[in-house]
Amino acid sequence: MWNQIEGAPREELERLQLRRLQDTIQRVYHLVPFYKKKFDEMGIRPEDVKTLEDLKRLPFTTKQDLRDHYPFGLFTVPLDQVVRIHSSSGTTGKPTVVGYTRHDMEVWIEVMARTMAMVDVGPKDVVHNAYGYGLFTGGLGFHYGAERVGAAVVPSSGGFTKRQLLLMKDFGATILCSTPSFALHMAEVAKEDGYDLKKDFKIRAGFFGAEPASEGLRQALRDAWGLTYIEAYGLSEIIGPGVAAGCLYGHLHVFEDHFIPEIIDTDTGEVLPDGTEGELVFTTITKQALPIIRYRTKDVTVLHREPCKCGRTLTIMESVKGRADDMLIVNGVNVFPSQVEHVLTKVEGVTPNYVIVLDKKGVLDKLEVWVEVDDRTFADGIGALEQLKARLQQEMLNDLYINVRIKLVEPKTLERSMGKAKRIIDKREAEGLQK
Amino acid sequence: MIKKYGIKQLSIFLENRKGRLLEVTKALKDAAINIRALALAESAEFGILRLVVNNPEKAKSVLSSAGFTLREQYVFAVEVPDEPGSFYKVVKVLSDADINIDYTYAFVGDSSKAVLIFKVPSERLEAALTALDKSGISLVEPMFFYD
Repeated sequence: MWNQIEGAPREELERLQLRRLQDTIQRVYHLVPFYKKKFDEMGIRPEDVKTLEDLKRLPFTTKQDLRDHYPFGLFTVPLDQVVRIHSSSGTTGKPTVVGYTRHDMEVWIEVMARTMAMVDVGPKDVVHNAYGYGLFTGGLGFHYGAERVGAAVVPSSGGFTKRQLLLMKDFGATILCSTPSFALHMAEVAKEDGYDLKKDFKIRAGFFGAEPASEGLRQALRDAWGLTYIEAYGLSEIIGPGVAAGCLYGHLHVFEDHFIPEIIDTDTGEVLPDGTEGELVFTTITKQALPIIRYRTKDVTVLHREPCKCGRTLTIMESVKGRADDMLIVNGVNVFPSQVEHVLTKVEGVTPNYVIVLDKKGVLDKLEVWVEVDDRTFADGIGALEQLKARLQQEMLNDLYINVRIKLVEPKTLERSMGKAKRIIDKREAEGLQK
Repeated sequence: MIKKYGIKQLSIFLENRKGRLLEVTKALKDAAINIRALALAESAEFGILRLVVNNPEKAKSVLSSAGFTLREQYVFAVEVPDEPGSFYKVVKVLSDADINIDYTYAFVGDSSKAVLIFKVPSERLEAALTALDKSGISLVEPMFFYD
C-alpha cells in the first residue's frame, strides 16, 4: 500500500472526505460563476453541506457543461497557476479541456503511484508505457506515477509495434502499460515474429485501461505474457488515469480521499444504494484548477463498500459494464456518433446520413463510416470522389483523434437498409479472443 | 457551339456491389432506352458509369426514380477515319488550344469511321468546340445519338 489512507477506518476516511468536500464547495461557489448560479437557483448555500449525505442535493455537472465553458470557463485559478493542460475530443466539434495546478499534479502523481504500488512497482522495474503521449491523459499519467515509485520509464507511446517489442525485450521491461487490445496485438505480432513471449520478455504485470476488457481478453493477456493483470480506471475530466485501480484480488478501488463516487439512476438522477447498477458520478475533493461537482461519467457500474482482503477500505467499483449514452471506445479513444455527424455537416458533397461500422482488424479496433454521396453535388470523377474521401478522413482525424475509414455509398441506401435509428453496427464482440 | 454540338451524358454513381450494374441496365431496358455509348470508370470501392443514350431526359427520370445518383452534363463527339493517327490529331488540336481532357471514350461507328467522345471542363467546352471546328475536324451533332 502506497498510502496508509487506503486502508484507514471508514470513519476517518469519511471525516477527511467531508472536510475536503466542504472546502471544494466553497471554492467552486466563490470562484466559478457557473456553480454559483446553479447553487443559487437550487437554493443551496455552501454552508448547507454538513454531512456527506448532503452531496446528493448538489447539482450535476456534465460533459456539455465543460463544452459550454470551453476552454477555461470552469477553472478556479488563473492560467499562471496552471502547469498542465490536457484535452480530449468533445462530443461535437470543440474538445473537452482540463487543467492542473502544481498541487493537482501532485494529487495525480500520488494516485498513479498508488496504482503502481498495487504490484509493488519500484526502482528495480522497467516500465514500458505504451499509452499515447500527448493530449490524452493516459501516457503522461502513467509516466509520472511510474517515475514517482522510482521505476525506469520507457515512454514508447502507441504504435510501431515491432519497435516496441524490440525495446521491451532489449531493455528488459517488467511492467507494461497499454490498452488491453494493444497488449494482445503486441503478443500476436511477437508470436508471428518468432519471439517466445515468456522467455524473451520479463513482463510480470500490466496496467490495462482506457477501454472495456472482457474476462476472456484478460485471461488471454495473462496466458500470453504470463503477467498479473491490473485494471486501471480513470477519465480526464476527473484527473485522468488514477481514479481507481485494481488490487491483487481483482477489486477496483476508488481513491475516494480524492474522488467521491456515487451511483445514480441515469433517468431520474436519484442516488442508488450500494450493490445496484447505475451511472457512475464523481466529485473531486482535492483538485484546484478544475474541481468538478457530481460529474456524470455515463459509465454504468456497481459500487460496493466493504473491506477488501488486500487491506484497503476504499470503495470497490466493478469494471465498467457499459455506457449510459452512445459513446464508443475505439482503441482506447472515446468517440461519439455526434462527432461523426458534425464532420459530415461541415463537408460538402455528402449527406449527413451515416452508419458507423466497428470491427476488428486482428485484435485492434477498426472504425468505418459509411457516408452517402450527395445527389446534388455528385462530382463526375473518380479523382474528385477519392478527394472527398480523403478530406473526410482528414476531418475525422482532426475532430475525433482517430483514423476512420470512409466508404462512400449511394444516396438513400442507408435509411433503406438500416432504418434511421440503426446508426452503429458493432461487430467487435466475441471476436479475436478465442485463441 | 454548345447548343449545336453538346451531347448530354449521364454519369451514374455505383457502389461496387454485386448486381448493381444489372439494376441500372434493367431499369434502362424496361424503359426501352438504347445505350449508344458507354464507359465505366472504377476505383476499389465504387464506380462511375457514363452513358450516352437515345433519350437522355427519359433515362434521367427513370434512373432518378429508381434511386440512382446521377449527374447530367455535356460532352462532345467527333467522327474520325478509323485509321492510325486520327485520335492523335484530335488530341493535338485540344492540346494546342490548352484544353485539358477530363476523360474520353470511343466506339467504332461503321466500317470506316470511329466516334470519339470527350469530356472537357465545362468552362472550356465552347473553346474546345471552336478549336476543333476551325481545324476541320468533324463534330457529331446530338441527333446522331438521340432518337
